[in-house]
Amino acid sequence: MNKPNMSQGLDTSTQPAIELRKINKSFGPVHANKDIDLLVKKGSIHGIIGENGAGKSTLMSILYGFYTADDGDILVDGKTVTIPDSKTAISLGIGMVHQHFMLVDNFSVLENVVLGAEGGASLSGGLGRAKSELQRLEDEYELKVDPDALIEDLPVGLQQRVEILKALFRGAEILILDEPTGVLTPSEADHLFKILDVLKNQGKTILLITHKLREIMAITDTVSVMRRGEMVATRKTSETSMSELAELMVGRSVLLNVDKKPAEPKERVLEVNNLSVVDSRGVKVVKDVSFNVRAGEIVGIAGVSGNGQSELLETIAGIRRADQGTLWIDGDEIDLRAKPLDPAEMREKSLGHVPEDRHRMGLVTKFAEYENSILGYHTDAIYSKGPLLDIAKIKQLAEVEIEKYDIRPPSPLLKTANFSGGNQQKIVLAREIERDPTVLLVGQPTRGVDIGAIEFIHKRIVELRDAGKGILLVSVELDEIRSLADRILVMFDGKIVGERTPDADEGELGLLMAGVEGEAK
Amino acid sequence: MFDILIQILDSTVRLSTPLLLACLAGLYSERSGVVDIGLEGKMLGAAFGAGAVGYITGSAWLGLLAGIGVACGLALIHGLASITNRGNQIVSGVAINFLAIGLTGLLGQTWFRQGGRTPALPEGGRFENIDLPFVDALSGVPVLGPIYSELLSGHNILVYVAFAAVPLTWWVLFRTRFGLRLRAVGENPAAVDTAGIGVIWLRYRAVVICGILCGIAGAYLSIAQSSGFIKEMTAGKGFIALAALIFAKWRPGNAMLACLLFGFLDAVAIRLQGQEIPGIGEVPVQFFQALPYILTVILLAGFIGKAIPPKTSGIPYLKERT
Repeated sequence: MNKPNMSQGLDTSTQPAIELRKINKSFGPVHANKDIDLLVKKGSIHGIIGENGAGKSTLMSILYGFYTADDGDILVDGKTVTIPDSKTAISLGIGMVHQHFMLVDNFSVLENVVLGAEGGASLSGGLGRAKSELQRLEDEYELKVDPDALIEDLPVGLQQRVEILKALFRGAEILILDEPTGVLTPSEADHLFKILDVLKNQGKTILLITHKLREIMAITDTVSVMRRGEMVATRKTSETSMSELAELMVGRSVLLNVDKKPAEPKERVLEVNNLSVVDSRGVKVVKDVSFNVRAGEIVGIAGVSGNGQSELLETIAGIRRADQGTLWIDGDEIDLRAKPLDPAEMREKSLGHVPEDRHRMGLVTKFAEYENSILGYHTDAIYSKGPLLDIAKIKQLAEVEIEKYDIRPPSPLLKTANFSGGNQQKIVLAREIERDPTVLLVGQPTRGVDIGAIEFIHKRIVELRDAGKGILLVSVELDEIRSLADRILVMFDGKIVGERTPDADEGELGLLMAGVEGEAK
Repeated sequence: MFDILIQILDSTVRLSTPLLLACLAGLYSERSGVVDIGLEGKMLGAAFGAGAVGYITGSAWLGLLAGIGVACGLALIHGLASITNRGNQIVSGVAINFLAIGLTGLLGQTWFRQGGRTPALPEGGRFENIDLPFVDALSGVPVLGPIYSELLSGHNILVYVAFAAVPLTWWVLFRTRFGLRLRAVGENPAAVDTAGIGVIWLRYRAVVICGILCGIAGAYLSIAQSSGFIKEMTAGKGFIALAALIFAKWRPGNAMLACLLFGFLDAVAIRLQGQEIPGIGEVPVQFFQALPYILTVILLAGFIGKAIPPKTSGIPYLKERT
């Protein structure tokens, strides 16, 4: 491939856009990338799939100059290059759409696009030229965005479009997208894929980082699989299958579907009536929501994130105050506006809560594992010896939980921050489930969690259901809701817009989640 | 009555000038994401530097330069602590304030032996007031005459510099590449970094501009408004400037209005000292001195709109490990 005199004729098209040779990168003791080799063909869509923490994002950050590799070679268009910073990456024609958008929220679309590529010390001329260039790009790639709109007013789908425009504006020939569909509705994701197809047909090279198998199958030409910092395989997408890729990702075959018996729901354990919640901005985010959860069933709340699910969960847990509504639990009718209970009182009503954001609400990451294992229950008599905490007892109980939930490393003294996402989630789950709650609220149980742990967490939740408890599950992963829940409530714009069974058509659920009316009855 | 008003407004302009310079200094720093509680200390250091060099050299311009030099030095210490070493910006700022109080007092006493003062400035060591053209010709014109000759004319050069810095700052912030990047780095440094712009260098430039403006503000106090440095002569002006910055919601035009308002309150307080107001009686000076802070607290409590600071101000930038 590196023979001389290859620059003429058709052969240039076979030259890889990117070639990586033996890339290594460590963060302290963590070897994030080990001897990575990768060939990306020009004008193709190349997927990189792997679990969270497999090293995909690190590898892409090296390519984009955000980190520098410890050793190894990077070749762009056949030439060896060093990429010490993002500026160099941009000048090499590499653009990146980050998982968390790199946009300035209170800037206009145009200002965000020109940032770093203003074309002169004064803005007046540059902005005008940028606007017409933006117009051209919008037309060429069907990427419509109002250039004067503020980012904070745009839905995430459009914000992502701005990120793509930003890269194209800088003349990107190679576009890296890091988990681009995480924040999108199914229809927005479909639209994104159409855009990527157009880009490919215009000769751009696309690197798609994801942990979603379906996306890989739907859009890529080639797929490379990463596992624990290593590149374990590269396949032509047309010659592989979801199950093969899944196996490569985890190193063993996994159950993509949860194995569970039909639910046998009994009496109601939780009932929410006419609940409305107004957030700190004065916006009504939950609108007159009513539903119940019975013993022995999992009720799933599906929806694109930001449609009131988080607020709903927090209000039931006692963290957030309601504008109106009542809650029935444990034989008591609670007026959520006039006399709400605080989270501790809700716990006394035998309500467990696995919050959506384990870092912000579920754990104190600077605390050791054993300390986190009693958070919220630390006033329970069994943890006390007189006015003091019975540390020995707490550690001993923590070790039991660690064993039972296969938390690794099995060390109750380790700072929680040093556990992986999946193990952190298991710590929270163990704490809440082991208190044997009548009702368990679970928010995003597997966000940022690897496949092995997902399987474990799902099994635990189903076991709790089979033990006759009521579970309210909120997740933005439709697959998760469909495989776990016995009943699905779809939330859109603060309202419950429909109830379906888990075998409902995915397209129909997608439409409900996107707020397309007429479908919902 | 009209004369009194003109006099009060005239002294409002004089009293607002150091506030305005310091406020704009803070604006550059905080817009870039570096909180600067050390405006007071930088001003004090600059006032001393200007006073000392002005006295020794007999040149106001060299005094000004020295003031700027001292303030920039302190600004760079703040930059080193908070940008390069990612320290706590409040702690660094407070440390600079104490450093300035201690050093100016100590050096002042050691060098000049006048209880921390610098000796009165010689001829040429102080910025003199400038008369605008046609002052004499226009002073007889009713209403407009006094406004021109008393209010607009007859200030020293630094007053005009301060007020000219307002539209200039607006232009820099909203019409130049540097301003766009400065605003961006205070809101989302990661966006700036991934756009191929160095965050550190950008923030250092903002901090140095902050130093220059604080330097002018300090020099104004010791070699323009007064004739020499007096121990702790900033007397909290840096903090009032900070309050004005919040009050102005980090916008240059508003900053001028806020500083004029606070300067006006000061001017009224001086005017009313020891005088009875019919129906109310004597108003304690402390009331007017406290008003800027009271107004700022009311603003922060959300009664007059909302003051939203640049999103990442106070937070050091660290490349995130994903």
